[in-house]
Order: sequence, then C-alpha cells, then structure tokens
Amino acid sequence: MPDAQGRFGDFGGRFAAETLMQPLAELEEAFFTAWNDPAFHAELRGLLAHYVGRPTPLYHARRLSEEVGGAQIWLKREDLTHTGAHKINNTIGQGLLARRMGKPRVIAETGAGQHGVATATVAAMFGLACVVYMGREDTVRQAPNVYRMKLLGAEVVPVDSGSATLKDALNEALRDWVASCRDTFYIIGTVAGPHPYPLMVRQFHAVIGEEAREQMVRQAGRLPDVAVACVGGGSNAMGLFHPLRDDDVRLVAVEAAGHGLESGRHAASLAAGRPGILHGNLTCLLEDEEGQIAATHSISAGLDYPGVGPELAFLHRTGRLELELADDGEALAAFHRLARCEGIIPALESSHALAAAMRIAAEMAPERIVLVNLSGRGDKDMERVMRCDAADEGGLMEAYEGGNRASDGDDD
Amino acid sequence: MTDRIAACFAACRAERRAALVGYLTAGDPDPEVSLTLLSALAEEVDLLEVGIPFSDPMADGPVIQAASERALAAGTRMADLFRLVARVRLARPDLPVVLMGYGNSALAMGMERFTERAAAAGVDGVLLVDIPPEEGGLCDEALRNHGLKRILLLTPTSPEARLRLVAERGGGFVYYVSLTGITGAEMGDVDQVARRVEQISQACALPVCVGFGVKTPQQAAALAQVADGVVVGSRFVGLVADHLDAPEQAVACLRREAAALRRAMARRG
Repeated sequence: MPDAQGRFGDFGGRFAAETLMQPLAELEEAFFTAWNDPAFHAELRGLLAHYVGRPTPLYHARRLSEEVGGAQIWLKREDLTHTGAHKINNTIGQGLLARRMGKPRVIAETGAGQHGVATATVAAMFGLACVVYMGREDTVRQAPNVYRMKLLGAEVVPVDSGSATLKDALNEALRDWVASCRDTFYIIGTVAGPHPYPLMVRQFHAVIGEEAREQMVRQAGRLPDVAVACVGGGSNAMGLFHPLRDDDVRLVAVEAAGHGLESGRHAASLAAGRPGILHGNLTCLLEDEEGQIAATHSISAGLDYPGVGPELAFLHRTGRLELELADDGEALAAFHRLARCEGIIPALESSHALAAAMRIAAEMAPERIVLVNLSGRGDKDMERVMRCDAADEGGLMEAYEGGNRASDGDDD
Repeated sequence: MTDRIAACFAACRAERRAALVGYLTAGDPDPEVSLTLLSALAEEVDLLEVGIPFSDPMADGPVIQAASERALAAGTRMADLFRLVARVRLARPDLPVVLMGYGNSALAMGMERFTERAAAAGVDGVLLVDIPPEEGGLCDEALRNHGLKRILLLTPTSPEARLRLVAERGGGFVYYVSLTGITGAEMGDVDQVARRVEQISQACALPVCVGFGVKTPQQAAALAQVADGVVVGSRFVGLVADHLDAPEQAVACLRREAAALRRAMARRG
C-alpha cells in the first residue's frame, strides 16, 4: 500500500494543479468508501462475470513451449475479455465510481485505443457522456479502434500538440478535467497519475493476478517461477504482479526498446529514465538533462509513453522487479510466432512480454513455468503489422521459419 | 535582503491601486528577442512573472503552450532563463520577479541548485504549478535556504481548509485563479471572484493577485477594485505571437497594452 500521501517509497504522490486537489481528495474518499462497501464489490463482481467475461482462461501454450525448448509457457488470456484487452477491468470499476459520485460525463486518454474503447464501452453501458483524447499519430496507427469508439457513442478528440501521442493525450485530458471537474469523472487508463489513481487502477486490475494465481495452482499444481508482463504505464503488469508480490515468483517487466536503447528511439522509462514529475506523479521518466520530456517510440502505441506507474518504479528500485527489453523487431517476431503455433493473435503490447518470456523460458528447465500476461488481442494491430511485413519483404516470415531472431521490420 | 514583493504591494497600496503582474515565457520566440520583450514589459509592470518553458505544460492553454514550444525550438535552456532574469534585474533593481513553471524543470536541475541559481539571478519567488503545498517537502527547504518565496495558487474549487494551508505555507502573494480551467480561458464572473478574494484575504495575510482569463482593461479595472494585483499572461504572450516577424512591433504593443491596463487599474474605489 502507498502511504497517506500516495507515495510508494519516493515515487507517486499528488503533483496536480490546485484546481484538481479537491476533486482528487473527493475521488480518494469515494474510492475507499466504495472499496469498503460489499454492495460495490457485489455489483463489480457481477459485471466482471456477466459483462466482461471473467474469469479469463489460463492457457498452457504447449506447442510454443516445445518450440522454444525450455520452461512451460502459460498465458493469462486477458485478450478474451469483452473489448479484447485487460483495460475493461479498470473502466468497469471507475465507471461504477463515476455513477456513485453522480458524474454524468467521463473523459479518458488513450494510446493504442484499448483504454478508449473500454471507456467508451462502459460509458455506453452506464449511460454516460464520453470524450476520449488520442494523439493524432495514434488515431492513424489505431484507426479501427477510433471507429469502434465512435460506434460506441464516444467523441474522439485527436491531439496535435507535442509528439501527438499518448503523453499529449494525457495533457489534453488533464486540461479538460481542470475545466470540467465538477461534472466530469476522469477515467485514467493506467497505474500512473496523481494519487489515488495508481492505487485504484492497480486494485481494479488485481483480479488478473488473483485469478491467475488460483488457476495456476489448480491447473498446474503450483505457482509459476516467473511472471512476465509488458510495461507502458504498467496497468496489466501491476494487475498480474500485485497478488504475486509476496510469493516466491520472479516478476519481470518488459519495456519497449523500439529501435534499440542506443538509438534513443524507445519507450524504456525504467531502463533509461530518471525520477521526475509528469502527469501528477513523481516517477521514472524519459527526459533530457533539462527535464524536458522526451519523444518516445514503440511499434506499439500502448507502450509509447515516457513514464511508468510509480509503484513499478518503486518495485524496480527495491529490486523486487526485474527488467527486460524487447525491441520492435522482437515484438513482431513474437506476434507471428504465437499466431502460427498457438492460433492466438496477440496485441503488439503483449507481444513484447511474449518475446521476453520466450527468451527467459529458453534458459530454464522444462519443468519450470513462465506465466505471461497476454494483455490484449491483436486485431487493432493488423494494419500496422501488414505494413511492417510488406516493408520487410518477407524477411520476418523467413526469420520465423528459420527460428531466428527477426530483423527490425519497422518502416518508420 | 529587502523583500521586493512585499515592498511592491505596500507601494501600490499606498498609491491606492492594484499591482499589474505581467507574464511572458522566457526564450519566446528565441532567447535574444525574449530579452528585448521581457525588458520592455519589465518597465511597464509592477511585478514580472517569467515562465519556464516546458515540453508538457498541462495547466496552460494553447497560447502559452505555443510560447513554450517556440522557446524550446529556439534552443532555450535553463541557463538562458537565469541569464534573462539577471539582465532584467540589472536594469530594474527593485522590480519583483517570480518564476512560473512546472516542477520537473526544477527537479531535473536539482532543487538546491535550481533555487541557488534562481536567487543568484535575482528571482524573488517561485510558482511551480504542479507542486501543491502538500508536496512541499520537495522544495520548501531549498526555497527557504535561498530566500525565495513559495507562491501558491488557490482556485474556485479550493475549500476553506486549503485557504488556511496556503496561508500557512505560501509566501509573497496568493495567486487566485479566477476560473476553473487552464490559462487563457474566459474569465469567471467578477462578483464571484470578488467574494472569493474577500474570503482569501480574511484567511490569509498575504496580498491576493487574480489571474487566468484577464484580457481587457475593463476586466483588469473590475478586478483591481477587489484584488491587490491582477495577472495578465496569455494576452501579452498573444501579442508576441502576433508579431513574430517584427519584434519591435511586439515591444510597442506590449508597452501600449501594459500602459492601458495600468491606467485602467489606477482608479481604486
């Protein structure tokens, strides 16, 4: 648990504009009141079971494990939730809170569009007005999700400022909230932002790890040796890791190395960042020596963010969290590999986790278990992958056929 | 060291007028032109607020964000910011100067080094928009060590308890944000603002300045009746943006506009 100030060690806190301090205090109170209310949990559980489709399966990827030739790889299938990514666990929870607080309008920011779709979905279901901010570049990368949000009745506002990606969408959503906080609930999509968001979002996603833990014991007879998740802001990672924090399980966060750390075009905030203040919390950031926030790059819009949730920064600093990197090419290769040998097309975000998990599994004995959070499905990434494959002129597929590491097929 | 901020408000009070606080972003549109603009504005205002350009100014509207972008694109660095302030200080030894910006700029430099350099350049106070009084552990001591005032904000959403918190932990003056929104938005209702300023003045001994959304001499005049100072930012920055190709015209416009605002604010009821 964070302290009363919302700090995880040195990280976290509430670094917000004065206008938002009172709304944040009200949100904190509403969250704790709801969290202690059995009626809230009963309604949340009902919606998770009957609307979201929980529990999601835990799947033993036998063919993949065999191909990799090491430990057994198991997948927590968050891609099978309603809307196709873990994001819905959190938006259902915050949607319920918005209703309890009597806010008729919700806003959100989104990178890959999964959080935007999940927010638009619950807004439709609860009958709330919905505005989603999305970087202009991401609206292009994730066009199908933009259309989905519009179908669900949300207004999608493209953001042109800054690098026109997720961080700029967050700035714009915060500006909206500063002006509208009396009637608007801001549904933050990751375990970042001012207290109580990192705590609240983690709690709503902890259902992933709780289920996985129980399923692992039931299906495999024991806990995994390693739990792996991709990290942009880190919500799927904290959801998986939190219930495993006191177990003898290695927790591995996988950051997007983009074109490689040395290229400067990546989104690896823990590997290459330093402590700073952005978007309401003190955490690890990618920035220059003057504190200007760096432009980031990842093939996956959902990981393309210069910060990380403060609790992950804390777990990393204390040594509880291990760090791995996967670049664009490795993520693409993992994407193809899972599709070909398990019949599952993962999101590019999850493909980063998968790429690292395969590396880790290859070094371990066959009786060991590597659990991967398959945080979302890849439908939204089809066009992106198609373009990369075309630019690669088959090189990636050849690499896959030959079992070699793929070359970097990114075309931008 | 004399308290330039307190002296400024005392002098204005003696003249039965409100102080004009003028804001420009340092380094906009480039460090060299910025010196001309800041120097000109420094001659026309009672207190100068200098913006620290930041890549992600999420409490600012498009006008001030664009100023940050121009400044950064022109290569403005923290060293330029301090150099600009030091040059203004040379010309105006009594003018109070405060820095306004985001916590990360100071944190990246190290709070101790940031405050030391700010004080050396002649800065009197610092307003870090995203470091509320509760997070003062990060900066209060360093500011105190170098004799810098910690300017804090209050807004229409701040409840009574926060008025007392700001009175306790703030210094220099209280910056009352007239509206629930970002810089450059439309100003709130003057009567409501007046009631809040009255409330703040009762809870807090510091002078109260009102800002955000003040664009016309009429608005400034109305606020001058109730507040100790009026902050004008986006309006001045907008004049700079309107004359990017002709800095001398920007200077003339800034002077004219500031003089008009001061004239309008001179009559206090």
